[in-house]
Amino acid sequence: MEPSLANYLALSGILFTIGATGVVFKRNALGMFMCIELMLNAVNLTFVAFSRYYADVTGQLFVFMVMSVAAAEAAVGLGIIIAFYRNSVSIDVDDASLLKN
Amino acid sequence: MESLLKTAFPFIVYAIALLLAFQGVLMIVAYTVLAERKVLGWIQGRIGPNRVGPWGVLQPFADLLKFIFKEDLVPDKSTKFVYFLAPMVALTCALLPIVVYPFGPPITTVDWTFLPYGLGEGIRQLPLTIAQIDVGVLYVLGITSVGVYGIALAGWSSNSKYSLMGGLRSSAQMISYELAMGASILGVVMLGGTLDLNGIIYAQINSPFRWFIIPQIIGFVIFLIAAFAETNRVPFDLPEAETELVAGFHTEYSALKFALFFMAEYVNMFTVSVMSTVLFLGGWYVPGLSHIFEVGSIPYALVSLAAFVGKVCFFLFFYIWVRGTLPRFRFDQLMNFGWKFLLPLAIANTIVTIVVVYFLNS
Amino acid sequence: MASNVLFYLFAGFAIACALSLVYHRNPLYSAISLIGVFIALSCIYVTLAAPFIAAVQILIYAGAIMVLVVFVIMLLNLDEDRPLTRLKYLYALGAGLGLILLVQTFFIFYAVMRAPNHTVNVDQTVGKTLSIGQAMYSEYLLPVEIVGVLLLMAIIGGVILVRRLEPTQLRLVINEELDRRNEGQEKDDFRIAL
Repeated sequence: MEPSLANYLALSGILFTIGATGVVFKRNALGMFMCIELMLNAVNLTFVAFSRYYADVTGQLFVFMVMSVAAAEAAVGLGIIIAFYRNSVSIDVDDASLLKN
Repeated sequence: MESLLKTAFPFIVYAIALLLAFQGVLMIVAYTVLAERKVLGWIQGRIGPNRVGPWGVLQPFADLLKFIFKEDLVPDKSTKFVYFLAPMVALTCALLPIVVYPFGPPITTVDWTFLPYGLGEGIRQLPLTIAQIDVGVLYVLGITSVGVYGIALAGWSSNSKYSLMGGLRSSAQMISYELAMGASILGVVMLGGTLDLNGIIYAQINSPFRWFIIPQIIGFVIFLIAAFAETNRVPFDLPEAETELVAGFHTEYSALKFALFFMAEYVNMFTVSVMSTVLFLGGWYVPGLSHIFEVGSIPYALVSLAAFVGKVCFFLFFYIWVRGTLPRFRFDQLMNFGWKFLLPLAIANTIVTIVVVYFLNS
Repeated sequence: MASNVLFYLFAGFAIACALSLVYHRNPLYSAISLIGVFIALSCIYVTLAAPFIAAVQILIYAGAIMVLVVFVIMLLNLDEDRPLTRLKYLYALGAGLGLILLVQTFFIFYAVMRAPNHTVNVDQTVGKTLSIGQAMYSEYLLPVEIVGVLLLMAIIGGVILVRRLEPTQLRLVINEELDRRNEGQEKDDFRIAL
């Protein structure tokens, strides 16, 4: 007996929830970045599960696109984090408040 | 009882196959260590180890005993969990690719019905590969790229500045050379039309060249150079440069944990040797062997297996030879070479291959 | 049966790793947990008959993106996070958001369970490399091209973001800019700051 589509969706939803709460709770830019990656992965899981249950290749292609976007995001995001660290010797997002006053 | 045996039979077969493959690979690796010391000795005009057993053939076992009985030092300020995790990650990721190696051609001529309880029914062939998966090339590339965590985490958790430098260098080097390695394989994948390792061997047999090294000589050279960097071997052994970093990422490791890193390095050498053999030298294929033995018979498979191991051993010897010959690169030279020479060359090779394959097919 | 056991094994591992990712303050521990999630998800993809996506998941996420993250953590030599000082209402907000999403998840679970059972379409060729490649370069060519352009932009953006100008060059840029604005007073201030 195979796990049903609902099981995969539930797993994906739980992972997405953990990622979304993590983004709010983390104060470190790298931690937030990793939580966003977790959310993207949760979405990928639904794509693959639907692709399997409807025997359609489109879902897997979308996973591929999401992965490319995640790679681009990693390159730019880590660049921003390093540039920020050079300026303020911290990657705490609460320190990024130069425009506040 | 009989039905239980029937259910368990595939698992037993896989367990035996795994045991044989791992044991064989680990024995070859153990003797690579001995061969390295012997060959380096000859290159440098020394004798090499010759005390344990005749010509030192028992040296690997003596080394293993030494590693087991040494004191296991753990640095006081290290991050314990990561410190213990790192060598396991390194060795696990080194050993995992073994399951997709195409050791030889499938044996098809044996009649398996002599097995009791009708276990042999329905078995038409005995492949000399443990897992035939559709994406073998990607699997090997992926697993070896995960192996870098062993080194990076070891460098970070030891709480030593030399180790940290080694870990940093290693991750930078891996990322840089993985690109060139992947791009150099693309040409072969396009000519073969598949990502399956056995499929690539069959594509080479059916191609007019027999070995893909002939149309893909540039790809082969790039793959070989990148493989040296991926396995942290001379001339790219910057993560563990003894003379500047005091053995780099494994400075703080001793006894069996050091042995795990040591084994992982040699198993990785074996893996890239297998990959260069399969992708460029036709794997287990021996030209003209099908005229002597029947294809699919046991002697055919055994001779092919011997040819496969022989080709792999040639690459292992080549590694040792280079180690005895070349000096180490400087880090900026390494980066410039990887990004400004190797990667553009690999991409150019890919583009030329695309054009040629397109015009051949149309 | 076997696939059920495998699913619950890997799902449990993925959830445990995800919780540990949020729980740990040390960024390196978070990174290791995230790698655990990726590997567990890749195993689930294999059970979903998508070997290509599984291999690519390991190759791109675990092998490239997370290596970069670990590299940055080691390069910046980050310590643990400082104790939390952020505004309290943000935590209430986060907890509320999590709760809503969780309820939504269980609603989806319930709804899909109640829906007429969809039979698994056991078409094993969907996940194969060949079918993905054919779809990618015929029907979905435009998205692939767009993603290619996006990646190029990311490369250029990454290089420009982390490029450090030489001090002489930097001074030249600032001088030019300030001359253009013709503000002598501010110019001196900037020079002192440099």
